[in-house]
Amino acid sequence: MSQASTELVRISGHAGTVPGAGLNRELQVCKLVDTTTCIGCKACEVACLEWNGYTFSETTFDNSYQTMPETAWNYWNLIKFNEHEREDGSMMLLMRKDQCMHCEDPGCLAACPADAAIVQYANGIVDFQEANCIGCGYCITGCPFNIPKFSPTARKVFKCTLCNDRVSVGLEPACIKACPTGCLHFGTKAEMKELAETRADQLREHSGFPDAGVYDPPGVGGTHVIYVLHDAKNPELYGGLPKDPHIPYSVWLWKNPLKWLGNLAMVGGLVGLAWHYMRYGPKKEEPIPPDGERRV
Amino acid sequence: MSTGAVPHSNTEVNRNEELIPRYSLGERANHWLGALSYACLLMTGLAFWSPYLYWLAAVVGGGPTARFWHPWLGLVFAASLFWTFKEWHRDMHIDESDRAWAKAIPDYIQNEDDKLPPVGRFNYGQKLFFWGIFYSVILLLLSGVVLWYTETLPWSLRFVRYAAILIHASVALITIGLFLIHVYMSAILEEGSFASMVHGNVTRAWAWTFHRTWYYEVTGRSRPKQ
Repeated sequence: MSQASTELVRISGHAGTVPGAGLNRELQVCKLVDTTTCIGCKACEVACLEWNGYTFSETTFDNSYQTMPETAWNYWNLIKFNEHEREDGSMMLLMRKDQCMHCEDPGCLAACPADAAIVQYANGIVDFQEANCIGCGYCITGCPFNIPKFSPTARKVFKCTLCNDRVSVGLEPACIKACPTGCLHFGTKAEMKELAETRADQLREHSGFPDAGVYDPPGVGGTHVIYVLHDAKNPELYGGLPKDPHIPYSVWLWKNPLKWLGNLAMVGGLVGLAWHYMRYGPKKEEPIPPDGERRV
Repeated sequence: MSTGAVPHSNTEVNRNEELIPRYSLGERANHWLGALSYACLLMTGLAFWSPYLYWLAAVVGGGPTARFWHPWLGLVFAASLFWTFKEWHRDMHIDESDRAWAKAIPDYIQNEDDKLPPVGRFNYGQKLFFWGIFYSVILLLLSGVVLWYTETLPWSLRFVRYAAILIHASVALITIGLFLIHVYMSAILEEGSFASMVHGNVTRAWAWTFHRTWYYEVTGRSRPKQ
């Protein structure tokens, strides 16, 4: 904090930029995916595989450009291709880069029972620590975006790390580095939000997309991956992006009221049984009285 | 003096300490298989229930091992229970005589057992326990299979996962309540019960006190004329 307070913002009578200005950056990082300028080249898919050390494997062809139906444990970045017919009959090919959204309020982390198998860094990145993962798959249930994927061989769950290993040493994520059109941006959440809103304004005012907007869903506290969409009112069009994602109600019920009710009942039960024994003591057998039975 | 299965003696009416077989070797072995598997299920399950109990996973070798064994132990417990069902479901049938006993539960809780109507091999409480565990295990099996292979469910069927996770935890809690009462009553409260599940026998006095109808049945005696 002491460093931040002495950071120079403006200098009187100084030629050029302010040295050191902007040095202390907001820690919350964000990836911005502008679906309106994505050309579906899949450079980000390749970059993701290369950086994370995975190789291509057999995939499913389903009459589209899409590499596979959904992300996989060893394929964290997938462009979803969706043909969309507009009201005027014209066709749009909607392309959305799908990956972990790095929720501010992550459902995977809420559902996970294993100590430190999922962590959230101060910069907003939600990261799986496979060394601590027990492979229960609860994160799969907790995620509103269908992102964590189970590896049957490792018996652990994997997903996009937002290139935490690159970000922590001052590099942008591999997908951002590879994007040729500049539809992918990386920076602070505030900066990306501002850039996204500017782009959405542009789309609304100059490009004939009155419903263009930014996807940063409040149901999960906002995300550290945000989208610019031509039609922000119908995110489902973009390969099933949920309109109002939130931690599933059953996961919330399980981790909140049920947990406390259950703990109370278990402790209360033990206390109650101990009380019963002290109050009423053991049940002892009684000797059979002489008239207690009769031979047939 | 003989301690055979159904002793008939004309010389004595009261032989309180004489033993009557109550549980066969198969019933006892099965009970302890179920008990052992349930104990491991309970500890591994509680490890996944709360971070404060995660250390319990150590009983089978840690988190990933607990995740691996919990479903298999569940199958063992279910198999043990279904065998019990096959052997005991007739004895566990809830009939008219249980209604009177149900009304006298407050007397039973206050250890005033002499006020209770005579019961057969199992009393109403034991029957409720049995059926509670039986139906719980069916629900735990169904939801457990979903959680076992949760990753194979397509995204469109995610509501099955949502239901399974809630059912599995809720029903497990019910079995924990039943389990606590069962262990308390049989191992602590009712003297002679625990030994009967180990050695297989109860004393005549025990049978006469707690399961009088059954006592008359197995000894071939009848209740005294009023």
